[in-house]
Amino acid sequence: MWSIILRDIKLAIRSGGGFSLTLAFFLIVIMIVPFGVGANLDLLSRIAPGLLWIGALLSCLLSLDRIFQLDWEDGTLEALATSPIPLSGIAIAKATAHWITTGLPITLASLPLGYLLNLNYEAYFWLFTTLAIGTPTLSFIGTFGAAITVGIRRGGLLLSLLVLPLYIPTLMLGAQCVSKGTNNPLELLALISAISLMCIALLPFASAIALRANLK
Amino acid sequence: MLINIENLDCRRGNKLIIANVSLCLKTGECLILKGPNGSGKTTLLRHIAGLNSKNINDLANADIAYSGHLDGVKSTLTVYENLQFWAGIYKSKNLESVIKTLNLENLYTRMAGELSAGQKRRLGLARMLITNAKIWLMDEPTVSLDQATTRLVSDAISNHCQKGGAAIISTHVDLDLPESSVLDITQFKPHKDTKTDPFLEGTF
Amino acid sequence: MSLWEYANPAKFMALSARILPILAIASSCLLLIGLFWGFFLTPADYKQGSTVKIIFLHVPSALMAINAWLMMLIASLIWLVRRHHVSALAAKAAAPIGVTMTLIAIATGAIWGKPMWGTYWAWDPRLTSFMILLVFYFGYLALWEAIEDKDTAADLTSILCIVGSVFALLSRYAVNFWSQGLHQGASLSLDKEQHVDNAFYFPLLICIAGMVLLFITLVLIRTRTEIRSRRLLALRLRNN
Repeated sequence: MWSIILRDIKLAIRSGGGFSLTLAFFLIVIMIVPFGVGANLDLLSRIAPGLLWIGALLSCLLSLDRIFQLDWEDGTLEALATSPIPLSGIAIAKATAHWITTGLPITLASLPLGYLLNLNYEAYFWLFTTLAIGTPTLSFIGTFGAAITVGIRRGGLLLSLLVLPLYIPTLMLGAQCVSKGTNNPLELLALISAISLMCIALLPFASAIALRANLK
Repeated sequence: MLINIENLDCRRGNKLIIANVSLCLKTGECLILKGPNGSGKTTLLRHIAGLNSKNINDLANADIAYSGHLDGVKSTLTVYENLQFWAGIYKSKNLESVIKTLNLENLYTRMAGELSAGQKRRLGLARMLITNAKIWLMDEPTVSLDQATTRLVSDAISNHCQKGGAAIISTHVDLDLPESSVLDITQFKPHKDTKTDPFLEGTF
Repeated sequence: MSLWEYANPAKFMALSARILPILAIASSCLLLIGLFWGFFLTPADYKQGSTVKIIFLHVPSALMAINAWLMMLIASLIWLVRRHHVSALAAKAAAPIGVTMTLIAIATGAIWGKPMWGTYWAWDPRLTSFMILLVFYFGYLALWEAIEDKDTAADLTSILCIVGSVFALLSRYAVNFWSQGLHQGASLSLDKEQHVDNAFYFPLLICIAGMVLLFITLVLIRTRTEIRSRRLLALRLRNN
């Protein structure tokens, strides 16, 4: 499985700067927020948690359709399906590679971007933690969505329509945990972790079913 | 006996493509599947390779290596990186010897996207060798290749069978493999679909 | 004789043809009686006036919106495990009905909300959950439309429905944590226990029963149509 993870990271870096594209997008999304809502620092610091989370979500969404599409198009997915690695293993590997090239950079970038939006000082820790725990969820859910839409040409829009509703619980809990005004962040963090673990444990099997259906 | 198939029906959706297939593959045997386009050669090969399996936990038979219409070659990786990837998946140790056998040494650092069709096919063959699988399933391996490369492919298949492997190859082109047996797929064309489409039942 | 017999499309068509008229009449009667009784024959609530009577449409449609998804979930599981085509088509058929029910629930909720709380919409847990359910339905329907091969579409939409159900449930509870705003704990929609007044209880039950039967009727009709369209496809394929 490591071979897949390493290869996917290499491929992501080689084709048009892999994770730097994601980071650039994240930056732009956050940057245009004040252009849209005004530069009132108070307002910005109130909406910062939600917007950082939404920005993270949208940036993750960008690279989802590449997860299986490229391998599907050149026959590698079929070849992998006949290899000793089970489809669920392939799904886990791809989701992990996606997280390393997308979720991880996003989590790190959220800190300086939080400063742009005048995030409260106490919130930085929670922002980092919730993103660190939540972005794997986003990758695993995204991999599931990609597995479903892999056979559809130009399935990117459909992919977003399918995946965004699935992102809602994590978004709600994550943003809530980060914003001030919640007095039980640990409880929310526990919930986010639970969702994350559940997704990591169960979604690969769902992804495998979807891949199997598409490969028939 | 490596593969023994009896009375197999292959369907795509509800349509029966081939019926009552019986096939027997022994060690060292090379079986050529012949038949016109659409007769079910690809369907049969994919079925044997395990791609039509309904059970998601079916691990592909570790003894089978499948090569379909597409090469499975990533154009943004070098030749070496492509093969290194497959060596990692199949945990093989013969990467170096395979590269030597197929004369790929001078292409080590060439980007796979810059290879000619023949070179890409050699890369595909290298992947088959790396899998260390006993049974090779190849779907039209010599399509759009020149004579020299076609010769290379059939030599590789020959060698593989002689060393104790086996292969099922579907092809239009005469591969000049004297020890091979031929299976004509058209004999399995279904005359009558005994299991009717469930949606048509009861309408007539 | 087991229920699985009706997984055969021909048998299903035969049975549904027989029971459809009965169901249609029963559901229309129940709904008419229930709504008439509820709207016209019950006294106006001393606190909320007549607008609360929208509850006779609102509660049944809300219940059906959720039950439609549950039915799709079960049908999807049956498809994945037992590969009965009728099941997959029934799930596909139920989806638009579920969407309509959800929309009715949201709309009647808005109509009720304006006089009651002064607003058509509020991001209250229950309302929000319905909005989320709506987008899940949309995704499901969009996926059916996007895939050509019918069996593959059935597979993919089934697994989407199953995963979606888990996340819909998660959302239902996550929303409670999220909406700390206006009404901590209290929701805008009324629970039956809180509200029940004997005068309202029975017509409400009748409306719910009528709605359930309406749902079944509509699903049967749509499933029959889906089966017919698959037949058409099979015939075309055969004659090629």
